[in-house]
Amino acid sequence: MPVYSDKVMEHFMHPRNVGEIENPDGVGEVGNPICGDMMTFYIKVKDNRLADVKYKTFGCGAAIAVSSMVSEMAMGKTLEEAMKITPRTVADELEGLPQNKFHCSNLGAQALHKAIQDYRGKKKGGK
Amino acid sequence: MRKVYLDNAAATPLLPEVREAMLPYLGEVFGNPASLHDWGDKAREAVESARIQVAQLIGANPEEIIFTGSGTESNNLAIKGLALAQQGKGKHIVVSAIEHFSVLHSVQTLGKWGFEMTLVPVDKYGVVDPEAVRKSLRKDTVLVSIMQANGEAGSIEPIAEISKITRERNILFHTDAVATAGTIPVDVDELGVDSLSLAGNQFYGPKGVGVLWVRKGVRIMPFLEGGVQEGGRRAGTENVPAIVGLGKAAELARVNMSARLKQLTPLRDRLLTELPARIDHVVVTGHLKQRLPGHASFCIEFIEGEAMLMLLNSQGVAVSSGSACTSRALKASHVLIAMGIPHALAQGSILFTLGMDSNAQDIDYVLEVMPPIVDRLRQMSPLYAKFLKTGKGGK
Repeated sequence: MPVYSDKVMEHFMHPRNVGEIENPDGVGEVGNPICGDMMTFYIKVKDNRLADVKYKTFGCGAAIAVSSMVSEMAMGKTLEEAMKITPRTVADELEGLPQNKFHCSNLGAQALHKAIQDYRGKKKGGK
Repeated sequence: MRKVYLDNAAATPLLPEVREAMLPYLGEVFGNPASLHDWGDKAREAVESARIQVAQLIGANPEEIIFTGSGTESNNLAIKGLALAQQGKGKHIVVSAIEHFSVLHSVQTLGKWGFEMTLVPVDKYGVVDPEAVRKSLRKDTVLVSIMQANGEAGSIEPIAEISKITRERNILFHTDAVATAGTIPVDVDELGVDSLSLAGNQFYGPKGVGVLWVRKGVRIMPFLEGGVQEGGRRAGTENVPAIVGLGKAAELARVNMSARLKQLTPLRDRLLTELPARIDHVVVTGHLKQRLPGHASFCIEFIEGEAMLMLLNSQGVAVSSGSACTSRALKASHVLIAMGIPHALAQGSILFTLGMDSNAQDIDYVLEVMPPIVDRLRQMSPLYAKFLKTGKGGK
């Protein structure tokens, strides 16, 4: 087995908030299957807060655990708070990630930020 | 929970008979085979009788057997040792694109000393075309190295056909038989090669010992120098217990080979047929027939190998994968890529290698636990969601 923390293993075995949101307010997709990991985050926003966060992830154990952790960290947060979630804070919450997985599998925060930017862009566009 | 070990390409269990044969050499028989007294004689006799056992496995002469520390060392010694001994004649080496890194990296290192390499491609089944080897030969080609079977692809290469070509041209031919020797019949004269690597941990012997066979009369430059062990071709005090274990494992492999083949082949075929029948969008990798007896490999679309491997492990099943995430370098297996498998599909690589402890219940168990694991990961996969919506993104 890869050297994963108990927390990573727990999130990998029991990932939270997996799925898609019908008519999401924002969508963020990062990565590609060629490099190994790909994540799509879906958000629902209410009163400037993340009312719902879901995702789909293609990738290794770390990628799945990262997605799960990001969704948990982001749920209910204001958009500003959610933008402060970083790969480092996600890895810390997961009690560490193997060094070689830190960059390639730790895309969850980026995908979430993209979903929030997508939402903001749509709002600006008057939708 | 049921425990099912299907990673025999990585390591096989040590047979009890092999362990028994080794034990005296981890205890009272501790002499150095080079010593000129009774203690030394006993150790030397053990090494020499192991040499005969290994020679018999591959139809060789005992004096042509060089004991090394691993299959990797054997390949390093063959590639570097044969090429350097021939460099007066030329500096061109031909290897297949799916060779083990112990061969590929050795050839790359020789590049620093002016050697050039031609990589021969494989077809989608991972098989080398002998004519492609013929076309790659040059006036200055001094060495060809094509493995007998790749442990990942599982396909068996047409070594005897290729050696006809190298012999016409008087070019040395090395084959890496680590995945085949002790598993399927291997005879150095039938293969027509000049050197061959094998390792005992592929056929229920100990780790830490390998063999390079070099045909009598072929010059090889040693790179471990010191004493005159192994005819001066590999210096260093012999790992006597491991060599004894390898010898015993070789003898048992030779005697029991047809029984082992009969046990493994139907189990393999059941897995190769049934897994794609029970799970959609599964590709068998490697050749279906011309294949190692215990080897079943697949690419499962839309999901990634490490996640599959971890969920299988949680169900007591040990397998391996050639996905990028499972490799330390985070690169998809060069073998799968050489077979023309797209990077995204290669991520779903999964490899089952059966062994003599495998039985029908193990295969039933795998066929039972695999579909829900694949389903679970696909439910999570954005690639699968896209495929369901658009019908695109499939292989």
